[in-house]
Amino acid sequence: MLHLVPFIPALPFGGFLLLTLLGGRLSRRELTWIGVGSVGGSALLTALIAIPFLHGLPEAPSYSGRLWTWIDTAGLTAGMGWHLDALSLLMTLVITGVGFLIHLYSTEYMADDEGYRRFFAYMNLFVGSMLTLVLADNLLLLYLGWEGVGLCSYLLIGFWYRDPANGAAAQKAFIVTRTGDTALAVGLLLLFMELHTLSIQQAQTLAAGAWPIGSGIATAVAALLLAGAVGKSAQVPLQVWLPDAMAGPTPVSALIHAATMVTAGVYLIARLHGLFVLAPAVMGAVAIIGTVTLLLAGFSALVQRDIKRVLAYSTISQIGYMFLALGVGAWSAALFHFLTHACFKALLFLAAGAVILAVHHEQDIFRMGGLRRHSPVVFWTFLAGAAALSGLPLVTAGFYSKDWILWSVWSSPQGGRWLWAGGVLGAFLTALYSFRLVFRVFFGPRRAEPAWTPGRATRIPLVVLAALSLTVGLFEIPSTLGPVPLFSMYLSHALPLLHEPAAEDESSHEAAQQTVVTMASLAGVAVAAWMFLGRRRALETVASHPIAGAFARLWFDGWGFDRLYARLFVWPWHAVTREGTDGFDLLYDRLAGAVRSAHYWLTVTQTGQVRWYAASVALGALLMLVLAL
Amino acid sequence: MTAHALIVAMILFVLGLAGLLARRNIVYMLLSIEIMLNAASLAFIAAGSRWAAPDGQVMFFFILAFAAAEASVALAILLQLSDRFRTVDADAVSEMRH
Repeated sequence: MLHLVPFIPALPFGGFLLLTLLGGRLSRRELTWIGVGSVGGSALLTALIAIPFLHGLPEAPSYSGRLWTWIDTAGLTAGMGWHLDALSLLMTLVITGVGFLIHLYSTEYMADDEGYRRFFAYMNLFVGSMLTLVLADNLLLLYLGWEGVGLCSYLLIGFWYRDPANGAAAQKAFIVTRTGDTALAVGLLLLFMELHTLSIQQAQTLAAGAWPIGSGIATAVAALLLAGAVGKSAQVPLQVWLPDAMAGPTPVSALIHAATMVTAGVYLIARLHGLFVLAPAVMGAVAIIGTVTLLLAGFSALVQRDIKRVLAYSTISQIGYMFLALGVGAWSAALFHFLTHACFKALLFLAAGAVILAVHHEQDIFRMGGLRRHSPVVFWTFLAGAAALSGLPLVTAGFYSKDWILWSVWSSPQGGRWLWAGGVLGAFLTALYSFRLVFRVFFGPRRAEPAWTPGRATRIPLVVLAALSLTVGLFEIPSTLGPVPLFSMYLSHALPLLHEPAAEDESSHEAAQQTVVTMASLAGVAVAAWMFLGRRRALETVASHPIAGAFARLWFDGWGFDRLYARLFVWPWHAVTREGTDGFDLLYDRLAGAVRSAHYWLTVTQTGQVRWYAASVALGALLMLVLAL
Repeated sequence: MTAHALIVAMILFVLGLAGLLARRNIVYMLLSIEIMLNAASLAFIAAGSRWAAPDGQVMFFFILAFAAAEASVALAILLQLSDRFRTVDADAVSEMRH
């Protein structure tokens, strides 16, 4: 089975080609079968491959293979090669599994869209690129996938291209992530110049031997790679594109901007952890970026009006948790949060999509309310997702992953009390904004008459993802609750375990730590209920205070990053490039003008009268004679 | 002797050039060119006899052949011109510059 790995990305790519080349001649039913079936087949294949892989685990932790050599020039060899280990298999399972459910959902969500074929073509291309990214055995191929998903993100954010705002959002996403991508490319070039290889495994082995810990070159490479990860994963200071990326269709937000692509940065850091441990300063930066991001985005999520923007800020915030975990060296915890987050955030987006359709494409939560009774499936699954996002204790997946991260931050030598405190405050904020959504959308008076009820293709993904959001956490249960270290054991074949198993005296610390985190989450839910349920008098008191109002506006604008970047980059650029003032334009305009007037003077001599020409020839000959004498 | 021949050649050449520049009738322009060519031939022959070398006469034959070729091309142009424009005035077709 394991030699079939290349077919996992090949199937979606094939789907993309079929839909693009033959799509015009296919019926709607055939389009659906190709678009959803290619990803479904890919998911099935991944599951079939996972079985022998798990059987062979302790002895054979990875499989590599190469289809063909892609580039082979002096010193640089890069192949279409794959490397399957515990980490890439986990990513592949999530991408194909969640991807399949979202494709299934899209058949109903996009059913009436005139761009049905285009949508599935882009989505298939995205899944193929993302699988290339995670299965690549060398950094060049990884970069190809990296850019491929960026392209699909651009195409799908601007999917409804008739509205110029969507096009602007797509460009913003593309340009901002490209800032990070450029740094990543420079980092890869630097890595290649120093180590003469782009193979992921080889590079880390060589680097560990050649570069001392904390050396300048290791720090430079890791910092450049981090910049790439920050751009892709929408972390501070390149987080501004993700809230605007919500202009795309909701399944796109669920697949690309919540579950998979935005976590590519997390994958990159985990994949190249061998390089990052050589640069402790960069690791510290990862943790600080994660904490700052999770807090900034958490506060912004509190005051958004658009249901999808709340979820977008929430995604930024949750990826901040993953970065925090990576920064303290808790690789497995970060990947565990990636797994649970992919389930519950995809669920939340899909449920939000169902809500948006139900209230006639309205996204403002202030115009929703009382939708609890209209569609119980959407309500209960959304509640499950929100509970998992908030990390409600014991019953949700988010609890186990967030608890693991925060305990790692607390106990890791690279962690710290401040980072931990930031994470706990973030947990409180998470619960608050999640349940603000729940109470605003599903409780209270009904403000819009719901029209649409979800069909089967919507309900199945919602229910499956809700079940996963509640149960996936059981793969890793902390030692205080009866240890089940399945996930960390599984990932230990690809990523080093940072911590020794907790000693006896630490377990009381762990329990205390868990209590604090749990209290923070529950307090968030309680405050949300106090503010947003019932008569909402508390909310009005807070909102009418001038300082609170100022903060709310600041948070609503995402801490003013957009305005800052507009002043720093966009306006100067426009000023330089405005017609008439651009120095380069002026230079070339003058040049063109000179050529044009020279041409004019030359045309005057072209009279068409042969005698003039003869006279000028004679004059020329005379001139030459005079000069010769 | 040589000097006299060269002076005659120069006078012929200047006459030809003046004719070429002054006349608008394309037939006379062709005649003027022929005169200029013959002026050049005369200069070659004079130079050949001055140094007692055959090169001057070789060049004369060369110019003779060249003049024949030139005359055939020019007469063809002349025929086309008179056929299409009903004129032999060279200036009348100056719009052909574009």
